[in-house]
Amino acid sequence: MLEIKNLHVKLEEEDKAILKGVDLTVDAGKVHAIMGPNGSGKSTLSYVLSGRDGYEVTDGSAELLGEDILDMEPEERAAAGLFLAFQYPVEIPGVGNMTFLRTAVNAQRKARGEEEMSSADFLKLIRAKAKELKIDADMLKRPVNVGFSGGEKKRNEILQMAMLEPKMCILDETDSGLDVDAMRLVADGVNALRNAGRGFLVITHYQRLLDHIKPDVVHIMADGRIIKTGGPELALEVEKNGYEGLKEEMA
Amino acid sequence: MALAQAKQDATEARVASLTVPRGGWSEPARQDALSRLQAMGLPHGRDEYWKYTRPDSLNSVEVPAARVLEHGEPPVFGTRDRLKIVFIDGVFDAEASDDLELEGVHIDRLAVAQDIHWAKDLYGHLEAAGQKPVPRPLAALNTAFATDGVLIHVTGRPSKPISLIYRHKSETSDAILHNVVKVDAGAEATILENGPAAARFNKCMEIDIADTGTLHHVRMQGRDHERRAVSHMFSRLGRESTYKSFTLTVNGVLTRNEQIVELTGDDAVAHVAGACLGDGDFTHDDTVFITHDAVNCESRQVFKKVLRNGATGVFQGKILVKEGAQKTDGYQISQSLLLDEDSQFLAKPELEIYADDVACSHGSTSGAIDDDSLFYLRARGVPRGEAEDLMTIAFIAEAVQEIEDETLQEEVVERVSGWLHRRRG
Ligand SMILES: Nc1ncnc2c1ncn2[C@@H]1O[C@H](COP(=O)(O)OP(=O)(O)OP(=O)(O)O)[C@@H](O)[C@H]1O
Ligand SMILES: [Mg+2]
Repeated sequence: MLEIKNLHVKLEEEDKAILKGVDLTVDAGKVHAIMGPNGSGKSTLSYVLSGRDGYEVTDGSAELLGEDILDMEPEERAAAGLFLAFQYPVEIPGVGNMTFLRTAVNAQRKARGEEEMSSADFLKLIRAKAKELKIDADMLKRPVNVGFSGGEKKRNEILQMAMLEPKMCILDETDSGLDVDAMRLVADGVNALRNAGRGFLVITHYQRLLDHIKPDVVHIMADGRIIKTGGPELALEVEKNGYEGLKEEMA
Repeated sequence: MALAQAKQDATEARVASLTVPRGGWSEPARQDALSRLQAMGLPHGRDEYWKYTRPDSLNSVEVPAARVLEHGEPPVFGTRDRLKIVFIDGVFDAEASDDLELEGVHIDRLAVAQDIHWAKDLYGHLEAAGQKPVPRPLAALNTAFATDGVLIHVTGRPSKPISLIYRHKSETSDAILHNVVKVDAGAEATILENGPAAARFNKCMEIDIADTGTLHHVRMQGRDHERRAVSHMFSRLGRESTYKSFTLTVNGVLTRNEQIVELTGDDAVAHVAGACLGDGDFTHDDTVFITHDAVNCESRQVFKKVLRNGATGVFQGKILVKEGAQKTDGYQISQSLLLDEDSQFLAKPELEIYADDVACSHGSTSGAIDDDSLFYLRARGVPRGEAEDLMTIAFIAEAVQEIEDETLQEEVVERVSGWLHRRRG
């Protein structure tokens, strides 16, 4: 599904290397988790994969379903099936949530040569999905993320994911700022999307989320590299000993 | 004295090229306006009030030619039931216009209105009052030389809007129209205006709203690229009255829209707003002067300009709060979205306050499209162009929302979407 090889990334504007050779393969149907200390490059990896400006790939490659995505525009990557749930969802005053999502859904369909979704079908679908995530119909009418609480923003990301049905989902700290119930809702939302054809990359600091979204593989990222890969037990080890213990072990 | 001489020469030349319509009830007001015009002279680029926008092509005897948009104006306000009054290059078109009968309103044409008319008390009067403290010579010129216009007396609540449609057919037409609107106590109406009108259009509207009256005004200025327009809207608001005016401007090489509002009765509300979209050779100037002369009045000015390829936006907005106008609530915002580095926005927001218990705020900003928002939209699959359009529409939303009628809001947004879409080809 997603194949990252030896990915090196620096900041475009300064000579600062952030990713220093990331190797990572996520197969269809699998959930991978990435943990790692603050500033280790987890969000950078998710931004580079989704095509944000400001980074320069100096070496390595990233393929989605066998296609090189690094030269694609962000919207092309989205249409190819990549989705990033942002660590910090952006507020966009003046753009209605509904308008935004409908534009997005139909733009992706159009890019893939599919038929656009009718207003009626779209409404029906979004209402059902919003209900599952306990998102108020009123929130849908408001501008994108404007005046949403931290938790509401994260749930809105999951709603977008559910509507867009991407193939490869990257969740960047979707659990941070969520209360216990909201976390369960988000996890349920993710689990509902788990299937044989879809891959997940879940970035998190906490074992708690992984109790609900059971990962197949756990990676530890530090200083721009994956320093260790293991099963779900690795997350428990981090929880118990912290990253320092791990780093010492690696050294 | 070179400036005074230049002004005088320009004024004399222009006056000599025009004729004051003779006879009838409006003649004294016209003669008065003419002598005021001659005393103040036409505007000059060195006048403080015309520092940002060159008035030459609005003054000249020769009308700079303006091509007529090949496919005509797309219909606007088309879906709604309305009373249509059509002018072509400033000339009334009876054929295309509806019967001027509508319950709750009396409509006459300036050119044919009978002698003693209610408009006699208004025609040129609000304009003359609005000449202080800043002279507005092109409005005086309008009063003196207007060839036609509509006189709208709102006595009740007409069931549909009055729609003034200004078509442009001749490449060198020079239209001068003067409308007068009187809204009686408790009456309420909506006036729509649209179309490019002429190669050069000078329009004046005097609006007198009695206590508890309401007037909604929504205008879409035509999109012929080379047309020029100067408009003055003079409004006087009585107690608990409401005036809401919104203008959308797309294209047009030069547009100067002035709003002169006087809140003379307590608890009155005036909202003037505008959005413009300019690409290339485009100058759009909103000049607003709001005078609070009563207690507990609210005024809002919301102006948004989207500029690209070297387009210029101008905003001169003033709130004057007179002595005794306590509890004034004045708000003013002017913002531009610059889609490239060649475009510019010149803003001169002003407050002048002589009362102590008032809340006035003003702000002016210039900015580009927010990168983070753009990336967020694109990451969801919205192509760059479409994402920019969404952001642009979001940018003007605050101004559009000043229109009370939601379907009119939608029509404005649709018009803007169409324009943006065509830009992208
Ligand atoms: N645009 C940028 N300009 C300057 N520094 C940047 C930029 N983007 C990332 N960095 C730096 O790169 C490093 C990695 O940042 P990144 O956000 O990827 O970390 P992270 O692993 O997601 O951290 P956290 O767990 O705190 O979210 C940090 O030192 C950060 O300051
Ligand atoms: Mg991060």
